[in-house]
Amino acid sequence: MSDQDQIEGSQILDQVAARGVEFIVSVPDITTSQGLLWPIVTDKRFRLVRVCKEDEGVSICAALSFCDKRALLLIQYTGLLDSLNALRAAGCEYKLPVCMMVGLLEKEPNVPPTQSARFGVRIVEPILDAMGIPHDVFELHGDAPRIGPAIDKSYRDSWPAALLIGRRI
Amino acid sequence: MMRRDLAFRILARHVRDEIVVPVYQGAQEWRALRPDHALTYYSIGAMGQASSAALGLALGRPDKRVIVLDGDGSLLMNLGTLVTIASQAPANLVHFVCQNGMYEANGAHPIPGRDRLNFAALAKAAGYPKTYEFSDLGEFEAKVAGVLGVAGPVFATLKLVPGEPPPQDYTFIHGAGARETFKAALKRG
Repeated sequence: MSDQDQIEGSQILDQVAARGVEFIVSVPDITTSQGLLWPIVTDKRFRLVRVCKEDEGVSICAALSFCDKRALLLIQYTGLLDSLNALRAAGCEYKLPVCMMVGLLEKEPNVPPTQSARFGVRIVEPILDAMGIPHDVFELHGDAPRIGPAIDKSYRDSWPAALLIGRRI
Repeated sequence: MMRRDLAFRILARHVRDEIVVPVYQGAQEWRALRPDHALTYYSIGAMGQASSAALGLALGRPDKRVIVLDGDGSLLMNLGTLVTIASQAPANLVHFVCQNGMYEANGAHPIPGRDRLNFAALAKAAGYPKTYEFSDLGEFEAKVAGVLGVAGPVFATLKLVPGEPPPQDYTFIHGAGARETFKAALKRG
């Protein structure tokens, strides 16, 4: 695969906006900084809420769902790991839609996360599986159309979802 | 020092269509006082997350005032929330922290720094424009309406001791019905 085949930030943001996501709640992640978070700062379709720690974002996104507001939590996988208790409580036990876009820092391009040389990357999907949280990897240009339906499913089912960004964009 | 149940009793007289977000033993006391208050979002299960949930509610419903009844041990688990809330500056958020100096629901062990901590000072340094501290029930009763009425985000420390042990209604608080009741009430207005 060449770099030309990789997913673009504009594709992702168009999918997110088309699904009615108004709030982006984020702690910066180098995987998605250039292609997503910096453009979001000036994108009038979104309201950016910068948080100090990712578990704050889990609770903010869950609470916004009570107000019929859609949100996306844009974080790094390290932040996901740090937020598991909040996700367990608000997302899984209270059955609330917490839609997360998670950068897989230093995952090798075109290598499945479970086969990464990085320990932290390798354990992400098994942990999500253990929690019953659906996940998908987005890395290539052709992956983008699956983003919107994943967001819709999270809100339709009132259940968390993890959209894993597999390479720096 | 105030008793928490007595302080909540005073607060409850001022709560009508506001959203209330209580935690742990305070949540049990609030439920015992106001079982009818459908706009209560019980924040139990992930300690420290109440104020973050309240921020989400405040941002999502700027037409509603949101009152957090946080705990001191809880807030210590999520101190960054003070900075996040202050930077978002929701005018409709009132953040109380009940400072009893202990992890009341976990064996009454002391919180770190219990004799030195000044939560109102932390909130002020984080950027809350209005901060208060109350340890006298009469003063709290005299000023609570003003605290609830000022443009937020507002922070107020309530230095207190636990009240009479409230009934423990975890079945309701953890049940789906609590959140369904809240959601329905929020939709109504």
